[in-house]
Amino acid sequence: MSGLVISQLNISHGAIRAVNDLSFTVQPGQLAAVIGSNGAGKTTLLRTLSGLKSAHSGSVEWNGESILRKKPEDLVRSGIVHVSDGKSVIPELTVKENLALGGIWRKDKKDVALATEEAIDLFPRLGERLQQSADTLSGGERQMLAIGRALIARPKLLLLDEPSLGLAPLVIDQIFQAIKSLRDRHNLTVVLVEQNAMGALRIADIGIIINLGKLVASGPAHELIDNPSLRAAYLGY
Amino acid sequence: MRNLLGHSSRRFKAAITFPLIGVALFLISNRVDELRVYQGANVAVYVVAIISIILLTGYSGQISLGHGALMAVGAYAAVLSQVYWHLPVILTFVVAVLAAAGFGAILGTAAGRLTGPYLAGTTLALAVGLPSLANQFGFLGGEQGLNYDVGLPPAWLGADFTQYKWFFWISALAALIVTWISFNLLGSHYGRNWRALRSNPTAAALMGIHVGRSKVLAFTVSSGLAGLAGALLAMTISLVTPSAFPTSLSFSIVTGAVLAGVTLLTGSIVGAVVLVAIPEITGALAAHLGGSEKVTSNLPGLLTSVLLIVAVLLFPNGPQAIMKRTRKSSQ
Amino acid sequence: MGRLLNTILIGVSGGSIYSLMALALVLVWRSTRVVNFAQAGQAILSTYIGYVVITHTDNYWIAFPVALVAGALAGALIDILMVRTLMKRAHSGPVAGIAPVIATLGLLGLIRAVVGMIWGGDLRQFKLPVSNHGFTFGHNTIPFAPINLLIVVTTVVVMLIFSLIFQRTNLGLSLRASAYQPEIARLAGIRVDLTRTIGWAFAGAAGAVAGMLVTPTNYLSPNSLDLLLVSGFVAAVIGGLESLVGAAVGGLILGISLALVLEYVSSSLAFPVAFVVLIAVLLFKPSGLIGAKRTRHA
Ligand SMILES: Nc1ncnc2c1ncn2[C@@H]1O[C@H](COP(=O)(O)OP(=O)(O)OP(=O)(O)O)[C@@H](O)[C@H]1O
Ligand SMILES: [Mg+2]
Repeated sequence: MSGLVISQLNISHGAIRAVNDLSFTVQPGQLAAVIGSNGAGKTTLLRTLSGLKSAHSGSVEWNGESILRKKPEDLVRSGIVHVSDGKSVIPELTVKENLALGGIWRKDKKDVALATEEAIDLFPRLGERLQQSADTLSGGERQMLAIGRALIARPKLLLLDEPSLGLAPLVIDQIFQAIKSLRDRHNLTVVLVEQNAMGALRIADIGIIINLGKLVASGPAHELIDNPSLRAAYLGY
Repeated sequence: MRNLLGHSSRRFKAAITFPLIGVALFLISNRVDELRVYQGANVAVYVVAIISIILLTGYSGQISLGHGALMAVGAYAAVLSQVYWHLPVILTFVVAVLAAAGFGAILGTAAGRLTGPYLAGTTLALAVGLPSLANQFGFLGGEQGLNYDVGLPPAWLGADFTQYKWFFWISALAALIVTWISFNLLGSHYGRNWRALRSNPTAAALMGIHVGRSKVLAFTVSSGLAGLAGALLAMTISLVTPSAFPTSLSFSIVTGAVLAGVTLLTGSIVGAVVLVAIPEITGALAAHLGGSEKVTSNLPGLLTSVLLIVAVLLFPNGPQAIMKRTRKSSQ
Repeated sequence: MGRLLNTILIGVSGGSIYSLMALALVLVWRSTRVVNFAQAGQAILSTYIGYVVITHTDNYWIAFPVALVAGALAGALIDILMVRTLMKRAHSGPVAGIAPVIATLGLLGLIRAVVGMIWGGDLRQFKLPVSNHGFTFGHNTIPFAPINLLIVVTTVVVMLIFSLIFQRTNLGLSLRASAYQPEIARLAGIRVDLTRTIGWAFAGAAGAVAGMLVTPTNYLSPNSLDLLLVSGFVAAVIGGLESLVGAAVGGLILGISLALVLEYVSSSLAFPVAFVVLIAVLLFKPSGLIGAKRTRHA
């Protein structure tokens, strides 16, 4: 089966079971929003998908191949790119160097150059600040840099951890629109982890709501938005 | 209340245990040959040195790769006070402790603000550089060094009471006293502060523990003990020279402390015995296998280093972490 | 005036070697967060290998690259055989924080013992690659000799090569990214373990160069580089321990100050001066004179 298939996944931090018997599927080209409050296990899930953390049991397949037990540096090469939460840029490096990291493992340098141009087109602010140290960027610009870097790896499955964290509403909108247009343009599969439920579900195809590591609900994003009981309990609006 | 009782019964046990160990040592020293007695003295010296490291690293979380240099400070202080002030032997030991502790306090004031690599490097610099300073100042005796003489055993011990036995008695007594003092120190609130400091400096500071002062105190006490070990070491060779305190001495006592488990006072004896046994083992090995002087003279260093590396690789979290784990799994 | 200038020149030559040792320490510190005390051992081993090549070929210039490669290989091997295991195993407990440091110490002892077993403890000497008689201008002969010039030029070349690698190549970018944020580096597809091994190899090479440069004007014995290790550490601390430029500048500062003290005060004060400089820097400028803004408590 193609796409991202997660079944009966359990992930622990020592004695804490952070993800509990979680199953869901994301079809190729879909944008899936994973919604849950603090400590729901969203970051833990993404870290396992990108190979940073090992799972306790269960299976995860990407286009028919098991990806558990693979190293992040190998998963990146097979198109799974993770933008971790908040601090996914290296402040000691310049903007240009941070972008260069995205394609550092790739052989096709021409396409790296092309992808870099596309990333700068998408986030023109980065283009104006190439020689600046990433330390000097604003929160929104850092998020743009992190996503831009991920794009240069030419991802097939993009894992985004709370890109809206700490950003002003206007910037959040900008970032979400960028994510949506990316998906449309490159036919990316995206797993978007968010606490900003409304914003994320609006651009998503499907939604997955988790609480304390367990699946609460999943389905087409618009149905979740309209579901009054979910609204009150988990979506918070 | 129960806590108090528990504490005093521990004290009581200690008060019985230590004299018993002393008597046992006395009896043993009468039964074995001279070489063993001399090695016993060396074990006692290493016990003191290793405990000085354990107090520092195991309980206050600081590291020192330069305790060999502090031992040199103690030894030189002792011999100078004997040569120039003609102090009685017992007082030269006191001078050794005070001088090294003073030096350690100054160092600790700097060190209290350092962590990890900086402290390690600074103390290593001492180990490498300090002993050789003696070569450059005439009154320290240069390469030949200064003679340090604790005198003959008192007459009332009998005519067949040898010099080595006397060394053993003095150092074993010192080791017992040091063990007893450390034992009590760790049970006191200073010890608790150190432990809190080691496991989490930030939390310790929030609990109202004065982190800087606590660390300096640990460094001072540890240095004083190292100074005593230095004077004892000088006693066993009747001499104080720079070459008695090479960098490898600092490394050896760190090895001993790692083997001891860094947090176990009783482990210090194990560590010390291993350190004394190493030359013996390599000597036997060399005699058995033959080999040139180049090889045989480097065997002890090789074995010590290999032990250190293996201990760290096998028990990077300390041997007692392993013991804890096996205890847990057997429950 | 002439005397001052001459002293500074000699200081630059001595300081160059400290810079190289500092560079070796900084390279490992950045990639592994360990001050590698075994560096003195690795350098001495490489230098002995260079010595063997010199005795066979009578040519310093063949020995030099051989020693350099040997140093790099030794560094890489140590990382693969020892550091990797250690990084995986040390997690918590009182020893965990100091385990790597203690391991490098054990390694120093091990290498020293092995070197002693092979070559013995006697002091050996290199044939000088170039003269150690000072340059002559008219009737004036200055202390600065061709050998000092060689030391300075080689150091500058090595530093330039390293800064080119670090600033201009993908390898350099990988090395820096892995040093600053290993996790982000992994997510960018960098093989952090391999990168760290390369860092250790570079450090080993830099240490070997230091050993090959300092030995001609000195002698060789299993612990003849111990003082250089200490000087290199002091230089690295002056430079902030994180920065390659800092290592270079730190070495020069230390070299020149030592030369000045030796010339104008007393020749027996070299070690105390270095030590006082170290303590003073640590107390008053803990992030190094040119270091980053980070604290020493990281
Ligand atoms: N390294 C860790 N060690 C121990 N427990 C952890 C660790 N990381 C996360 N946890 C625990 O696992 C649970 C899930 O954490 P996780 O970070 O995945 O939540 P999250 O959904 O990303 O939350 P947030 O929205 O706040 O980022 C929490 O209870 C957390 O305390
Ligand atoms: Mg999270």
